[in-house]
Amino acid sequence: MAWEAVIGLEIHVQLATKTKIFSGASTAFGAAPNTQACAVDLGLPGVLPVLNAEAVNMAIKFGLGIDAEINKINAFERKNYFYPDLPKGYQTTQLERPIVGAGHVDIMLDDGSSKSVRIHHAHLEEDAGKSLHEDFQGMSGIDLNRAGTPLIEIVTEPDMSNAKEAVAFAKKLHSIVTTLGICDGEMSQGSMRFDVNVSVRPKGESKLGTRTETKNLNSFRFMERAINKEIERQIDLIEDGGTVIQETRLYNGDTDEARSMRSKEEANDYRYFPCPDLLPVVIEDSLLDKLRGEMPEMPDAKKARFIRDLGLGEYDAEILSGDQTTAAYFEATAKTSGDAKLAANWVMGELSKSLNQNEIAISNSPVTAEMLGGLILRIKDNTISGKIAKQVFEALWNGEGKDADEVIEKKGLKQVTDTGAIETMIDEVLAANAQQVDNYRAAPVEKRGKMIGFFVGQCMKASKGKANPGMVNQILKKKLEG
Amino acid sequence: MHEKTLAEQSKALAAGEISSVELTQHYLGRIETLDPQFNSYITVTGDQALEAARQADARRAAGDFNALTGIPLAHKDLFCTEGVRTSCGSKILDNFIAPYESTVTANFRDAGAIMLGKTNMDEFAMGSSNENSFYGAVKNPWDIKAIPGGSSGGSAACIAAQLAAGATGTDTGGSIRQPASMCGITGIKPTYGRVSRWGMIAYASSLDQAGPMTRTAEDAAMMLNVMAGFDPKDSTCINKEVPDYTADLDKPLDGLKIGLPKEFFAEGLDSGVEQVVRDAIREYEKLGATIKEVSLPNAALSLPAYYVIAPAEASTNLSRFDGVRFGYRCENPKNLEDLYKRSRSEGFGEEVQRRILVGTYALSSGYYDAYYRKAQQIRRLVREDFTKALSEVDVLMGPNAPTPAFDLGANTKDPVSMYLQDIYTISLNLAGLPGMSVPAGFVNGRPVGLQIIGRDFDEARLLNIGHKFQQVTDWHLQSPTGLTA
Repeated sequence: MAWEAVIGLEIHVQLATKTKIFSGASTAFGAAPNTQACAVDLGLPGVLPVLNAEAVNMAIKFGLGIDAEINKINAFERKNYFYPDLPKGYQTTQLERPIVGAGHVDIMLDDGSSKSVRIHHAHLEEDAGKSLHEDFQGMSGIDLNRAGTPLIEIVTEPDMSNAKEAVAFAKKLHSIVTTLGICDGEMSQGSMRFDVNVSVRPKGESKLGTRTETKNLNSFRFMERAINKEIERQIDLIEDGGTVIQETRLYNGDTDEARSMRSKEEANDYRYFPCPDLLPVVIEDSLLDKLRGEMPEMPDAKKARFIRDLGLGEYDAEILSGDQTTAAYFEATAKTSGDAKLAANWVMGELSKSLNQNEIAISNSPVTAEMLGGLILRIKDNTISGKIAKQVFEALWNGEGKDADEVIEKKGLKQVTDTGAIETMIDEVLAANAQQVDNYRAAPVEKRGKMIGFFVGQCMKASKGKANPGMVNQILKKKLEG
Repeated sequence: MHEKTLAEQSKALAAGEISSVELTQHYLGRIETLDPQFNSYITVTGDQALEAARQADARRAAGDFNALTGIPLAHKDLFCTEGVRTSCGSKILDNFIAPYESTVTANFRDAGAIMLGKTNMDEFAMGSSNENSFYGAVKNPWDIKAIPGGSSGGSAACIAAQLAAGATGTDTGGSIRQPASMCGITGIKPTYGRVSRWGMIAYASSLDQAGPMTRTAEDAAMMLNVMAGFDPKDSTCINKEVPDYTADLDKPLDGLKIGLPKEFFAEGLDSGVEQVVRDAIREYEKLGATIKEVSLPNAALSLPAYYVIAPAEASTNLSRFDGVRFGYRCENPKNLEDLYKRSRSEGFGEEVQRRILVGTYALSSGYYDAYYRKAQQIRRLVREDFTKALSEVDVLMGPNAPTPAFDLGANTKDPVSMYLQDIYTISLNLAGLPGMSVPAGFVNGRPVGLQIIGRDFDEARLLNIGHKFQQVTDWHLQSPTGLTA
């Protein structure tokens, strides 16, 4: 039987505010345990929450960034459950009246077509602290630094049908929140955490199967693997005559293993009710107008501009607009070099390869956009060939010069364009390969095109790559044809 | 000195007739001698009080003072006070030393007022008799067989026994007005949002409001001047200018329109209490007021609505008392669940557990609409009733409680009869309006107060109305016998 999967996501995005959502404590990552938790975060008796306006602004920006309705009156509720890393015994969150209503995020699929993933809503809430079970013999440690960190939880409709789509969506969302500057996007630090809801059904069936939820995936790779594994597990289970039970699951990326955490029967009754310590949030039109004015160019708009104004193809534009830093790097390179297509090729080619091999973020690239742009300029004005340019790039990468001109100068890589010098060199090559010259001249015209490559190669070798390949070709042809 | 009102003490301090240190020492001595029979204080902070009194005297000497500088006060033990145990009348917080100061007590501290100690109360402010305290019941200074009312019973009793001239209280369903009435003192519950709740241990957040408890309306006005005001740390606090509450105390009451809600004089009201209240209203007629009967048709629904909303909020407000970070923790917990269950079962008293259970039930999936949502609808109707009645008259008057103070133990077996104590007070909390109790007479030697209800932010008007009454009556000046020390 053919199966299809139905996937929906819930994403927790930590907002990049300086202080917590309901207190003045810092949100900085990595401090010693419990040093960034004030009386409010600790849930001491008598403390009260005060909503951080910056968190509200960031949530609104997210809503504007995905074309969503902003609920001008939204409200906080308490979600009640006991856990040691939840100091108050409830999480302050939004349920009935979330700040961001329905919107959509468009993704590009492998075949180049695009798909719109609907966003059901996004709401503001506070993060819990962390329970640390490893470092304490027979006990658990509690770190409340994270308690009260502002989050938006984004809930999608079940619009994705395989792991690749889910990952494409996740990457697009990452691009949106980092472009907006509302999240640092550091997934390894938990800044974006994905819960995936997966169910399967026979292809063509309209009724949804029973879903499971795999929680807290914090890398695209783990997410893809966890989804594929869960789809496979559910199909195997059903084909073996079993049934999927609604449950929450955990996936361990290091061991590539998943296990059940709790079933629906064990789920809490969270007893949601409006938080009496907080007034409903009323968003004025003037605030919306102000935030609209602060919106950066979103990835989709950027992509369209790259295609329209810079003449990039759909694929290149998609890749280069996806990440804020990459886009900025590309644009700077294109500007310096005056050639967007070459800039795109170099950023997506040589630069991207070197960054990946050395696991360096583009923001830390030893070759800056200005250096790369300068290098491309030298290709364009025929100072160096494309091949030599790669050598220059490598030298720049290794810090052997402050810019392309210095490297070219120091290493003597300037292209030879002097006709006399090239003719002399060609004559030497032809003399040293008399047999091949004869073969060439004896060959039928249609085969000569391929054969000339040998002589070009010899000439370039003799010039250590510095001879202008166009001129070599031209002069060679003339001399061989005699 | 203890016979003097707060206003008189303030004058004596200003005139240099007495120092704050002398006044503080005097009260500390009285507390030590007299309070064992009333149990109105949980914690007495003698050393800190004397140190603060020395500083207050220095401030006065330096000319840097206000009306309350050097005045000894008592604070209900649910205001967090830095470095001092803040128990909320509960075993679960018996070991809790607050690491920060509530806005209300900080305001008094900054004004130079002296904290004598922390007063007894029903555990987590849940109760109408002050019998629900981990530290034992408080006894009514007018009759030690009687309850003082609750939940601010310790504050009311310590004023009646003249163990302080002023105290803070809080009122969620009548917890300032009912004990004030039963102890023969003056108490005002301000409009919800007038006084900051920061640092007040929450019972029911949407109903809790702090206010002063004193012998006279004038004293209450002086305290409210310090307590009231916007606090950015409390999102429900209202940013509205605070008037000088002492400014209009003597304004004549000619033409004052008083409404008597007929539902407040219906079946269930003790005839002696009714007599006291009607006599008091007659005094107001003499002062130039006119009387009109009004109706609060949904008043009867207030009690059930309150006993859904307040426990619902309490059930989650009290979740933080889990034995993990502070407060009581059970011995040798077997696991996390055992830690939670035993810490809370052993740490909370019976009434608190009852309200947590009621509130948890009311918020449970499947019951929320029938209970919590319905109660909120009733709350809006109650508010509308008051708005309508107060559009016809300036203030409403009636009793605070159906009976005078009853005997200790008389109502402890039947929670519902205890809850009925709040029938005339809780509708006000649901509506958010200000209300006051002033001493108006006695029934069988036990004090009875008159409740005065105003429009939003009409505290100055209420204090004026209370003060004018106290200019022509002396109920507030009477004191229980046997208090010489």
